[in-house]
Amino acid sequence: MDRRRALLLAPFGLAAAAGVGAYAILGRMGTGDFDPHEVPSQLIGRPVPGFALPAQEPGQGFSNTELHGPVLLNFFASWCVPCVVEHPELMALSRGGLAIWGVAYKDKPADAAQFLARRGNPFTRVARDADGLVAIDFGLYGVPESYLIDRAGIIRWRNPGPLTPSIVDQRLRPALRALT
Amino acid sequence: MKRLALLLALCGPAYAVSDPAEMLPNPALEARAEALGRQLRCLVCQNESIEDSNADLARDLRRIVRQQIATGETDAATEAWVVARYGDFVRLRPPFNALTALLWASPVLAVLAGLGAAWRGRRRPEPATALTADEQARLETLTRP
Repeated sequence: MDRRRALLLAPFGLAAAAGVGAYAILGRMGTGDFDPHEVPSQLIGRPVPGFALPAQEPGQGFSNTELHGPVLLNFFASWCVPCVVEHPELMALSRGGLAIWGVAYKDKPADAAQFLARRGNPFTRVARDADGLVAIDFGLYGVPESYLIDRAGIIRWRNPGPLTPSIVDQRLRPALRALT
Repeated sequence: MKRLALLLALCGPAYAVSDPAEMLPNPALEARAEALGRQLRCLVCQNESIEDSNADLARDLRRIVRQQIATGETDAATEAWVVARYGDFVRLRPPFNALTALLWASPVLAVLAGLGAAWRGRRRPEPATALTADEQARLETLTRP
């Protein structure tokens, strides 16, 4: 009899557990801590792919050999809404002394310039990837994306999507501390 | 009948590569590029191949695949180029390796688990036991003529 009752109650128990799990996942998706579409980077622990990009005015073009960390490489675009959401975080990080180098991804030079003029320019240098081919060498699949590069030019951390306060505190800062 | 023929002619699969400018002039190379592209996931939409997707990134990757095929790269080398940047997830048909062994083995495991459950749950005949003295007495009263 007890076994029968246990069997009858099992589906309810499973449904409750699934509900709790789904609630936790939705909560983490809401704060930006979990993205079910996130694809892990293939470049972690590997050197920055070779590239040489022209300048985005205001700014200065750069190549992979000039990227000596610790530096955060940020792909952004003026047409990208999550980039607007992320921008205050970049400004704060830049004020805090982190070197951030930017790449305007598939953007019109004038639009990218206006974006930076209106919202502030957190970048030490800003280059331009007009056809998005350098971004593909990084394995980028959306903007914004940020790559943390160490002194030796090795990619240590990547965030696909906007930097949020919780991602900065829980992932970027620990990754930065691990660099030194 | 003519209408039906026209309708059937229009029922071909709708691929995103509708722009003839994207296609390679050599039909054999174009067919190879298409077959390869159909096995590569568009990471923006994630459930479409780059051949099916309208995303910008998918178009860039289609162009890269065609460039590489046109310059004489093998299919395997072209696929490896994309996988090096985006990982095994970009392949719509996952490779068999230590990480995916469970995935590929799951149909066999499910059949084995089903067979095991059927074996355990099969009906067994009740073992015959002798009647107790009470049962014997009751049987006798019931069957007394």
